[in-house]
Amino acid sequence: MYEFDWSSIPGSLPLLAKGMGVSLEITFTAIVVGIVWGTLLAMMRLSSVKPLAWFAAGYVNVFRAIPLVMVLLWFFLIVPNLLESLFGIPRGSDMRLGSAIAGFALFESAYYSEIIRAGIQSVPKGQMAAAKALGMSYGQAMRLVVLPQAFRNMVPLLLTQAIILFQDTSLVYVSALADFFGTAAKIGDRDGRLVEMLLFAGAVYFVLCFAVSQLVRYYQKKLKTA
Amino acid sequence: MITMNKVSKHYGSFQVLADCTTHVNKGEVVVVCGPSGSGKSTLIKCVNGLEPFQSGEITVNGVSVGDPQTNLSKLRAHVGMVFQNFELFPHMSIAQNLTIAQIKVLGRDKAEAEVKGMQLLDRVGLRAQALKYPGQLSGGQQQRVAIARALAMDPICMLFDEPTSALDPEMINEVLDVMTELAQEGMTMMCVTHEMGFAKRVAHRVVFMDHGRIVEDDHKDAFFANPSSERAQQFLAKILQH
Amino acid sequence: MGYSWNWGVFLQPSATGDDTYLGWMLYGFKMTIGLSLSAWLIALLLGALVGVLRTVPSKTLSGLAMAHVELFRNIPLLVQLFLWYFVLPELLPKDLGDAFKQSHPVVQQFISSMVCLGLFTSARVAEQVRSGINSLPPGQKNAALAIGFTLPQTYRFVLLPMAFRLVVPPLTSEFLNIFKNSAVCSTIGLLELAAQGRQLVDYTAQPYESFITVTLAYVLINVVVMFGMRWVEARVRIPGYIGGGH
Repeated sequence: MYEFDWSSIPGSLPLLAKGMGVSLEITFTAIVVGIVWGTLLAMMRLSSVKPLAWFAAGYVNVFRAIPLVMVLLWFFLIVPNLLESLFGIPRGSDMRLGSAIAGFALFESAYYSEIIRAGIQSVPKGQMAAAKALGMSYGQAMRLVVLPQAFRNMVPLLLTQAIILFQDTSLVYVSALADFFGTAAKIGDRDGRLVEMLLFAGAVYFVLCFAVSQLVRYYQKKLKTA
Repeated sequence: MITMNKVSKHYGSFQVLADCTTHVNKGEVVVVCGPSGSGKSTLIKCVNGLEPFQSGEITVNGVSVGDPQTNLSKLRAHVGMVFQNFELFPHMSIAQNLTIAQIKVLGRDKAEAEVKGMQLLDRVGLRAQALKYPGQLSGGQQQRVAIARALAMDPICMLFDEPTSALDPEMINEVLDVMTELAQEGMTMMCVTHEMGFAKRVAHRVVFMDHGRIVEDDHKDAFFANPSSERAQQFLAKILQH
Repeated sequence: MGYSWNWGVFLQPSATGDDTYLGWMLYGFKMTIGLSLSAWLIALLLGALVGVLRTVPSKTLSGLAMAHVELFRNIPLLVQLFLWYFVLPELLPKDLGDAFKQSHPVVQQFISSMVCLGLFTSARVAEQVRSGINSLPPGQKNAALAIGFTLPQTYRFVLLPMAFRLVVPPLTSEFLNIFKNSAVCSTIGLLELAAQGRQLVDYTAQPYESFITVTLAYVLINVVVMFGMRWVEARVRIPGYIGGGH
């Protein structure tokens, strides 16, 4: 039977905490970019200007058709070189990490955009008509009337997506970024205690994600009764 | 045939049924009416155990419904029920809707079930629709199929839970006609309905409910001529104005 | 930009000499398809079972089903994969663990990946099946019981056939996800599509050709699955039945 030895965990907590900091940083960056860029994409997709709608649809469909791992590899291995050769940036200035985070955010935006599009479409058409009848421009009507209602309906979905996104951050492992999971795996390898470290990492992810998902459920219930 | 003795039911502190006592004799037609939320739908669903109740006793043909030993599926197989929203199975053709329970519950063979199903479809005037799906029929047609589906099980009695309230007005009569015919053939029937014309023509007794209680339980002539409670008088005054 | 394109690279003999780079790609493609389909089979069967159990009256059964869903939904796929591949063999009884570790590496990687993806996806399938069953009109269950069906018969003849039609569209997206998620298995060394793409970057000087090909292969899988599922949807459509309110 396997003999557990958890002794390497307490000493590595500071490093693991630092890793968790990186994971959370990526998560929040991607959420902010995802919501802003995702909203723009959603509005483009619903816009009557055909080229904009086509661009947004193409963007969303392509990103949703390819695995996150592939996107991260593109942005880790290929995009930095491409940028270097395009803009003549001297080699050696390491853009790989920044690039990986950018890729991650661009990928998640595609998913946010779909949630937001559905949210906007869930607001009755009469609301836009009423806002325009009051003399508002399209932008004003969107900003003041449609989007606030859409976002209220979307909060549970956006939060659920945030949990998925947080779990997805572990995949930056493929780009050698020292996030929580990468750090845990590295320490486990170093100390020959990979089993304990992976179990510990799994438990931490579970507790965090489960707690947040319970919060979302509570919020959803409140939203329903309100 | 059906007896209810002091049946009570509550959700938490909310009393849905309070001490309901009544009966339906063999061959009798009893109409249950009352304002919405009075518990009449819950009452009729207690008869075949679709709604559990906390106290009191219900027997159907001598079998106790509330007894945990009772095989409810077996009991229900012989108590026909017709629902407000028809509840035909949308993924089966009309013919399959009529045969599935005969085959799977009663163990009849397919050919026998089909013959029986077609006879009943004929009877409700829908033989031509046998190969269609429920979604392709009008509401009135669907409800007639639902009645035929229940009859295919050779029920000893029939329960109707507001069978016409989801129908467009012009389709109500085609369903009531089928029900009237059934009553005239001597079927034991318990009907929750607002159709007072039907009650007057067909019912033997009328049960009036309010706030989970049975307020009146009388011969129909007595009920319509001279309801004893004020609630029933108000109810009749409102409903008969139309 | 000074890059010399060379699509002919795929026809060159590979570094190990026994195959062309195109052969590598095809091997990866087959691995992705085989892995995804076998994992999907697990996900569909287990997910359907767990999803049904979540709706049954028994508190014990529905509680167990809920625990299954929460466990596999709240741990990142990559972590689950490492747990299956690196941790589980250590925790198994010694003979079993050793037998696993002595099997061919590709077999080890494939089994871990298949079980991991299958269980991970089963939790998501279960949620779709549950919400499919719950979105059926409650009267359907009553009508089936009233006609004398037992509870298992009610599920078998009435609730499940309808629920499965309702969940075809959401299951399509889970089916697509399993192909995409299979790329995660490159991290334990399984030579599927993404891993082969990465190998080509290391072995040839043609990263663009390799990554573009792999990316297009995923897009192709996506399109084929989407058309396939649309065909399934049309096949199971019920005449006259309008949607399930979704």
